[in-house]
Amino acid sequence: MQVFDLAKSTLRELNQALHNVQNGSNETAWEVLNPKGSHAVAAGVDAPISVDVRGSVGYYCGGMNSEATITVHGSAGPGVGENMMSGSIVVKGDASQYAGATGKGGLLVIEGNASSRCGISMKGIDIVVHGNIGHMSAFMAQSGHLVVLGDAGDALGDSIYEAKLFVRGNVKSLGADCIKKEMRPEHIAKLRDLLDRAGVKDVKPEEFTRYGSARTLYNFNIDNADAY
Amino acid sequence: MTYQNPPTKPRYSATFDEYTLSEIRRAAATGIYDIRGAGAKRKLPHFDDLLFLGASISRYPLEGYREKCETSVVLGARHAKKPIELKIPITIAGMSFGSLSGPAKEALGRGASLSGTSTTTGDGGMTEEERGHSQTLVYQYLPSRYGMNPRDLRRADAIEIVVGQGAKPGGGGMLLGQKISDRVAEMRTLPKGIDQRSACRHPDWTGPDDLEIKILEIREITDWEKPIYVKVGGARPYYDTALAVKAGADVVVLDGMQGGTAATQEVFIENVGQPTLACIRPAVQALQDLGMHRKVQLIVSGGIRNGADVAKAMALGADAVSIGTAALVALGDNDPRWEAEYQALGTTAGAYDDWHEGKDPAGITTQDPELMKRVDPVAAGRRLANYLKVMTLEAQTIARACGKNHLHNLEPEDLCALTIEAAAMAQVPLAGTSWIPGKNGF
Repeated sequence: MQVFDLAKSTLRELNQALHNVQNGSNETAWEVLNPKGSHAVAAGVDAPISVDVRGSVGYYCGGMNSEATITVHGSAGPGVGENMMSGSIVVKGDASQYAGATGKGGLLVIEGNASSRCGISMKGIDIVVHGNIGHMSAFMAQSGHLVVLGDAGDALGDSIYEAKLFVRGNVKSLGADCIKKEMRPEHIAKLRDLLDRAGVKDVKPEEFTRYGSARTLYNFNIDNADAY
Repeated sequence: MTYQNPPTKPRYSATFDEYTLSEIRRAAATGIYDIRGAGAKRKLPHFDDLLFLGASISRYPLEGYREKCETSVVLGARHAKKPIELKIPITIAGMSFGSLSGPAKEALGRGASLSGTSTTTGDGGMTEEERGHSQTLVYQYLPSRYGMNPRDLRRADAIEIVVGQGAKPGGGGMLLGQKISDRVAEMRTLPKGIDQRSACRHPDWTGPDDLEIKILEIREITDWEKPIYVKVGGARPYYDTALAVKAGADVVVLDGMQGGTAATQEVFIENVGQPTLACIRPAVQALQDLGMHRKVQLIVSGGIRNGADVAKAMALGADAVSIGTAALVALGDNDPRWEAEYQALGTTAGAYDDWHEGKDPAGITTQDPELMKRVDPVAAGRRLANYLKVMTLEAQTIARACGKNHLHNLEPEDLCALTIEAAAMAQVPLAGTSWIPGKNGF
């Protein structure tokens, strides 16, 4: 276990050390102490290592993560896992705005609640939120899955493309071009897999409602101008 | 017709001119605003309204073919471990693969590399042909984040965070479905054939305090190696420049309203933003007020066409300039050789701007496999290199005439203005006077 104390070392030293890990290295387990809200903790990691962050982090923790498994034992500020490519990030507490923004792949799990714009512009990432999500979540979401065990705020999935949204609780309102959709067997299977990977127990996929794009705004048409 | 009843000639309105009338008729017929490419086409105060004074008794010139006039520029030395050095201070602006064809992007890379300068990706990610043929490649970090990934960030030579562009400060983009080929769709993670909206705001930050943290994150991901540019449209150049510097930018790219776009509403292009000429001095003032002029470099774009424009922008305080539209013309855009096809599209060579429709006869702003064959990337790259060489020689010619042994030594005192507007915007005296509008109480 490599232990890195941010009370004694700098963020730059931490991230450089994480970036220096070569594939096949024995340094596969890392622990970060005293993050104290630091920004960009473990951003840009590109190796199959585990990073346990003991405390809460600021903006962009695990940004652009590739392959690493990052666990935040606290809450995360805005943009946790932004543009992540692969691997996984687990936030044991709550997450602020833009969790998983533009993510291309991998799995982001928020064990608490996520704030507004969760999964904004997501492009392939899978996000599982144990609690609730705020307004404008999955705005312009292109692909991937957003699973919410609690409720969703206003304007869920506004201007959504091909991302699939599964909400177990209530949706305050749907955004432009986002509609309720049928849960087919392939969706149940996918959801079961995501819940399993996110460590969710005692919750059945059948309890969720699927939302996605009505695809009416895919090509500009002046008759749709009122929708914007 | 008799003397007692003399006729008057038909009189056209200056307000309701021929173009305006045609636009009203078009709008009435279609119910859709006009979308087009390129930048502002209206007449604006511009570099043509400035003149160099040249050497005289109080200034002595350098010998045209004997004495050296340097042109190199270093970008990004403020924070980046690996700043970039360009041989000439004329870079190629960001233009997307998607809006431009693959061969056109390759040609831009080839031309820039032959000239020792950089080219820039666009709203569609980095292509192999562009990376492969560009010695120095600037990777744009845009609100859409189409194709954004850490591997490309790390193999870029610099990173440009795009906040806005001159043609549409405050606006996003739209790539219409007809240009979404399989390859473009895959790069942008969207279905083929649908309109692709590029957001006008970044999805994970708002405001200068957030931008500072975003820049920190990108620096951390790239181990502080890459110069980070911040590109803004010509909206509030003093404050935008100051805030970009405060947020940690190495380079500020400032794009005036003549700067082009792939596709935006005509009303946006012609009515939002400031002319390039009006943007430079406030931006330079911001840098000077912060003690950062020449430490944070300023790249100016929007309507740069020749070496005189380059020299004038630099005399006003820019460290370098960037060209987009002019580079496309050098590749072959709007070439009269395709006049018959322009006519068939209802336009004419020199006026074609429906770049979003993907029918470009020159094969540049298209994804049509047949049309894009018309661009030979090697020959087009050579034309761009020739053009860049001419611009550089022209700028050097002017600088020597002003007694300068480096383009960076040009200064506002080398200039006068032909119009009061240009004198006020460029803050140089009206020709024949010592009057700078707005200065010294006048």
